[in-house]
Amino acid sequence: MAFKLPSLPFGKSEAELIPQGRLSGPMLWVIAIMVALTVIAAAAGLAFSNTVRNASDALTGGVTVQIVNAQAGERDRQAQAALRALRTTPGVAEASLVSQHEIDRLIEPWLGAPAGGDAAIPVPALIDARMRDPVTGETLGALRRSLRTVAPSARVDAQSTWLEPVFGAIGTLRWLTLALVGVLGFALAAAVLLAVRNALGANRETIEIVHLLGGTDRQIARVFQRSIGFDAAGGGAIGLALGLVVVLLLGRQFGGLGAGLVSSGALGWSDWILLALVPVAGVALAMFTARQTVLRALKTML
Amino acid sequence: MSSSTEGEIVQFDNVGLRYGTDREVLSNVSFTLFLGGFYFLTGASGAGKTSLLKLLYLAQRPSRGAIRMFGADAITMPREHLPLLRRRIGVVFQEFRLVQHLSAFDNVALPLRVSGVAEREIAKPVADMLEWVGLADRMHALPAQLSGGEQQRVAIARAVIHRPEMLVADEPTGNVDPDMAVKLLRLFEALNRLGTTVVVATHDVHLLKRVPDSLIMRLDKGRLSDPTGALRYPPRVPRTRAELD
Ligand SMILES: Nc1ncnc2c1ncn2[C@@H]1O[C@H](COP(=O)(O)OP(=O)(O)OP(=O)(O)O)[C@@H](O)[C@H]1O
Ligand SMILES: [Mg+2]
Repeated sequence: MAFKLPSLPFGKSEAELIPQGRLSGPMLWVIAIMVALTVIAAAAGLAFSNTVRNASDALTGGVTVQIVNAQAGERDRQAQAALRALRTTPGVAEASLVSQHEIDRLIEPWLGAPAGGDAAIPVPALIDARMRDPVTGETLGALRRSLRTVAPSARVDAQSTWLEPVFGAIGTLRWLTLALVGVLGFALAAAVLLAVRNALGANRETIEIVHLLGGTDRQIARVFQRSIGFDAAGGGAIGLALGLVVVLLLGRQFGGLGAGLVSSGALGWSDWILLALVPVAGVALAMFTARQTVLRALKTML
Repeated sequence: MSSSTEGEIVQFDNVGLRYGTDREVLSNVSFTLFLGGFYFLTGASGAGKTSLLKLLYLAQRPSRGAIRMFGADAITMPREHLPLLRRRIGVVFQEFRLVQHLSAFDNVALPLRVSGVAEREIAKPVADMLEWVGLADRMHALPAQLSGGEQQRVAIARAVIHRPEMLVADEPTGNVDPDMAVKLLRLFEALNRLGTTVVVATHDVHLLKRVPDSLIMRLDKGRLSDPTGALRYPPRVPRTRAELD
């Protein structure tokens, strides 16, 4: 006897097997909120990722040489010597002296405008050098050795080390947003599970009748799946719109700061596509959860 | 245990049923139903008629004994296989069990939709069937808006719409007037003539006399007696049907 059931839809009225509106209403809004929060969290995560990637690209090759010497003449002599030495050192792509004007501008927020003439506080001379390859401890060691003789007052540091704690914090935030997205997905699945269980209970008599008329678990699951699917699609669209509005507003606010670190976190087109896929993933997750919930529950019925 | 033989569509062998840990409501029930037979199941209220029919329409598994249906072992059969068997059976439930939020039309269309009949092939047969049971003008009413007898007719229409191989009806005329009862019985006979095996549970002794070639199974406190000897195993030679009318 052939027992294989053809996969047969109920026809256009399949969805009417469970009363409409039983699942919709609150479910649509729950999904909308979940999707909006996920979009915002994901956007933040992507922005953090971009920041870490772009900023570290720009900084990994960077080396700062400070000539720390209280005597201006000696300081300048050593700075020039160090600059010459750097330019002939293999692996150095370029090296340039940061102008006094530039230094004044950099320290102004901390020390106030230079008092003119002899500065009360001696400021080190700065050389901004860029290596061809990412800076390692070895590179720094080699640079220090080659500068020791010509410029004893030189202090050599990789630029990335200055920002390491900042990158560390941003990296942590990135993981946090990823975890947040995971938690939101879990919460969405849990909400769907509860709604479906509730609907299963409320429609138990109908399900029994459909079973006795030869309906399969999969046919019944499809009814719930579809109902949840419509809610999730509507909720997902609303949630995406809400989320994007928030993301764009935040983006504009951060953009207004004009800081390099922030603008390096700007979202690319692939990021926007990823955000647009959030509601799609939400619909898929909701429908999958609904299906599994129904199939599991029906297994206990004859 | 008997093997499936041509013409035997249901075999019960020493079947017992108890709900929970109560006493058995069916004990040592053995019988054979033949393809194309017309059977009445009688017995006092509480004798176990509905319980026996539940086993027949696969809503319940027995506590003991063996049941074969359509040549398959209904006891060991995995539950994924039940839907296909159930689609071959039409059921009129004692308490109708119409889907409350669906109209009379959609209730009657349900067995067709469940087995995947195209929507365009549903409207006419369903409308015809509802007209036949006298509910053409109540087609779009919900069960709650129908009288008991009207609901019963919807239930009957739903049970026969897909021309099942076996029709199981639990007190199908309990809520209708005698004229309608006779009319519905004639529907069952027409279906029976087309090859459907019919099992009707009823208290109504007048009904039994209406179908001359029917066989009667009597339940008494969960035990089956066989006044005509028709249900014995091995069975007598399948009977020929006297032409009605
Ligand atoms: N779900 C159940 N749980 C426990 N006991 C049940 C259940 N269904 C029926 N019974 C008991 O089984 C016995 C047979 O019930 P059943 O419904 O089969 O009788 P019946 O012959 O159909 O009666 P009626 O003519 O009144 O419909 C009764 O004693 C009843 O109380
Ligand atoms: Mg009964």
